[in-house]
Amino acid sequence: MSTLYKGAKPSRRSFLSGALAAGGAMAGASMARAQAAPEQAITEVQPWRTFLGDGVDARPYGVPSEHEKHVVRRGVEWLTADNVSSINFTPLHELDGIITPNGICFERHHGGTAHIDPAEHRLMINGLVDKELVFTMQDLMRFPRENHVYFLECAANSGMEWAGAQLNGVQFTHGMIHNVMYTGVPLRLLLEEAGVKPNGKWLLAEGADASGMTRSIPMEKALDDCLVAWKMNGEALRPEQGYPLRLVVPGWEGNMWIKWLRRIEVGDEPWHHREETSKYTDLLANGQARRFTWEMDAKSVITNPSPQAPITHGKGWTVLSGFAWSGRGTIPRVDVTLDGGKNWHQARISGPSFTKSVHRFYFEFEWDGKPLLLQSRAHDSTGYVQPTKNQLREIRGENSIYHNNAIHTWYVNEQGIAENVEIS
Amino acid sequence: MLKFLKIFVPASTGVASILALAYVAADQFVIDVPAPVREMVAVQPAMAQEAPAAEAAPVVVASAGAGAASLAGGYGLGRPALAEEVAAWDTDIRPDGLGLPEGSGDVLTGEELFVEKCSMCHGEFGEAVGRWPVLANGFGTLTHKDPVKTIGSYWPYLSTVYDYVQRAMPFGEAASLSNDETYAIVAYLMYVNDLVDDEFVLSKENFTEVRLVNEDNFFMDDRMETEFPLFTQEACMTNCKDTVEITMHASMLDVTPDSGVVRAQPAAEGAVEAAPAAEEAAPAEEAAATEETGGVDMALIEDGEGVFKKCRACHQVGEGAVNRSGPQLNGLIGRTIGSAEGFGYSNVFNDANAAGEVWTVETLSAFLENPKGAMSGTKMSFAGLRSADDRAALLAYLQHASN
Repeated sequence: MSTLYKGAKPSRRSFLSGALAAGGAMAGASMARAQAAPEQAITEVQPWRTFLGDGVDARPYGVPSEHEKHVVRRGVEWLTADNVSSINFTPLHELDGIITPNGICFERHHGGTAHIDPAEHRLMINGLVDKELVFTMQDLMRFPRENHVYFLECAANSGMEWAGAQLNGVQFTHGMIHNVMYTGVPLRLLLEEAGVKPNGKWLLAEGADASGMTRSIPMEKALDDCLVAWKMNGEALRPEQGYPLRLVVPGWEGNMWIKWLRRIEVGDEPWHHREETSKYTDLLANGQARRFTWEMDAKSVITNPSPQAPITHGKGWTVLSGFAWSGRGTIPRVDVTLDGGKNWHQARISGPSFTKSVHRFYFEFEWDGKPLLLQSRAHDSTGYVQPTKNQLREIRGENSIYHNNAIHTWYVNEQGIAENVEIS
Repeated sequence: MLKFLKIFVPASTGVASILALAYVAADQFVIDVPAPVREMVAVQPAMAQEAPAAEAAPVVVASAGAGAASLAGGYGLGRPALAEEVAAWDTDIRPDGLGLPEGSGDVLTGEELFVEKCSMCHGEFGEAVGRWPVLANGFGTLTHKDPVKTIGSYWPYLSTVYDYVQRAMPFGEAASLSNDETYAIVAYLMYVNDLVDDEFVLSKENFTEVRLVNEDNFFMDDRMETEFPLFTQEACMTNCKDTVEITMHASMLDVTPDSGVVRAQPAAEGAVEAAPAAEEAAPAEEAAATEETGGVDMALIEDGEGVFKKCRACHQVGEGAVNRSGPQLNGLIGRTIGSAEGFGYSNVFNDANAAGEVWTVETLSAFLENPKGAMSGTKMSFAGLRSADDRAALLAYLQHASN
């Protein structure tokens, strides 16, 4: 298929003047939708208008409307050997704003979800410290707390797309990410409580689950902005997100955010455990591999339209939406293209701009019904510009699995149906 | 009693929150905060403050908008960890051998253990079953299109193998191996990777003499040197390329799960029709559990579900259950032994199948109590359920979940 959008979208200025011109036609557009007969949605009395609804307490813990049942995490069964050590994906195309609701934050477990009684949970600090300590949950909640919104992205997010367009849906290509507000104690305070010895340069964080997940973390990061958190979006962590306690490592790959956190050891060298040697190292084309690729590079993706969220209204005004993030700061700018990168337009960012948090962007345009090749391109506060997939492949080859932050392309056909494609 | 407390406002968090505010304000104009402003707001909270605490008054340690403050001498929270407690949890191993326990194990012992406890996922020689990790060989493939990253071909340190096996393996039965067993399994993994011969004994003493071939092929993240300069150049906005071609379609692969993805139809009737289709394709699992509790001991079934956690690493039961490293268990009681379609059984199961033997509550309970005793030669590496209560609960659960 080689249908291409060849429509002219030359400059921002002419785009705007086009928009103004279109304003005059808008009345006509709504006229075109004029209703022949009165709509029953208005003329009929609906049941919910007549009969009483549920009283309070019908659902002591509220759930989404029954009409939102399709908004769920989904997995890709062939990806992993078993769903106990596996991953599922956040339904990004159903979300807006910057916060991910707790129940649909993607899951990644290596030994299943541990269900832990908080009364029996302990956090130990040991190793190169003056005092080896044990904290109960209650102890931790007596430290001063902080609140921060951070994204958590799995290093393997978009990892199936290195060799080409593979999965047809933004949930699957980009859904290993969520963005929530954490409440917790700065890790720095806990380390100060134990007293780190001068040769204490690294931490080993360890989980209490059946995988006993461990990662080495450099001391500078631990003292900078790591949190030991027990709340997400104001309520207790969900079991699948590490209840009752998880590590928050802002801007760094999700695997380091140890869930069910039970121990922090201070040492003078990294541990080189399985998740930082066999996994989460980036194999390059020459057979060598990068290790300790902690930071998540700036990235963005258009969530709507996308294969799971086609344009269903035909020609006319439409809202393109997406989100962008960077492990190194904020996102001051996002560009979008409708023609596969010939011409770009600056998108509008709306909502709070926190460091190492997701930023929501919009681009409103009048669709002429012709095919589109949609891309977004994030710029972060360090000046880094999201690269193309070819730029990344030139440096990294196709086997690195992790850290694919490339610009992503959706092809939208005349019917508004979107597909994951690669373009020249 | 402390009369004065030193209070430090952490620079980083203070800066972060103020910068965030600045960006919120700037957001509506879709512009970045000008660099001078950024620096200005950054300077103030970075200054340390000293606040004398009033005698006898409650100590207040944080001011509005600032991050959580350090307290000289700490907050006095938590308690000292006991040596036994640290020893119980601090089992991690490092490449320099730090953390290795006393012990040793030989290749042949390791082989027996591996075949019994590991081979159902990793294969008898580490070649792997299905999509479980391959552990052996793959030498020279790291530059290939499909590299085989094994302990031998890829992992940099042997200590990682020991640490991971004692930490997370066998899958579903973690932290159950003794130190000697772990040494033996690691020795066997060295053997299947051609690192040692079959008489080798691995021990705490000779452990750090071992070097893996790929150790030197790892290097520290260099993205800031190799990529950052390339990816900070000014972005083209207009007339950036003359032509654009689609070079690959995801739909050609057709590997996306069915999840409401709207696919282009050759004779598609138009976008408006596509929408309801998407809604229909969404999971219509309103089949809310119509609980049939008549005569069924739900508490027992619930207990059984808990017991089944020990099984589910290898077995599935219920709607959609398929064979994994163990056969699916639907309708097990009353089912001919060794009859799950497509599953490769051990000989003892095939023999029972040929004889037409059927699983009953009694035979299944005996098998679960002592798998290797009841079905000598079974591939199922499970020690068994000693408790009759656990077995009864599990059987109740299996029956219930099959329905």
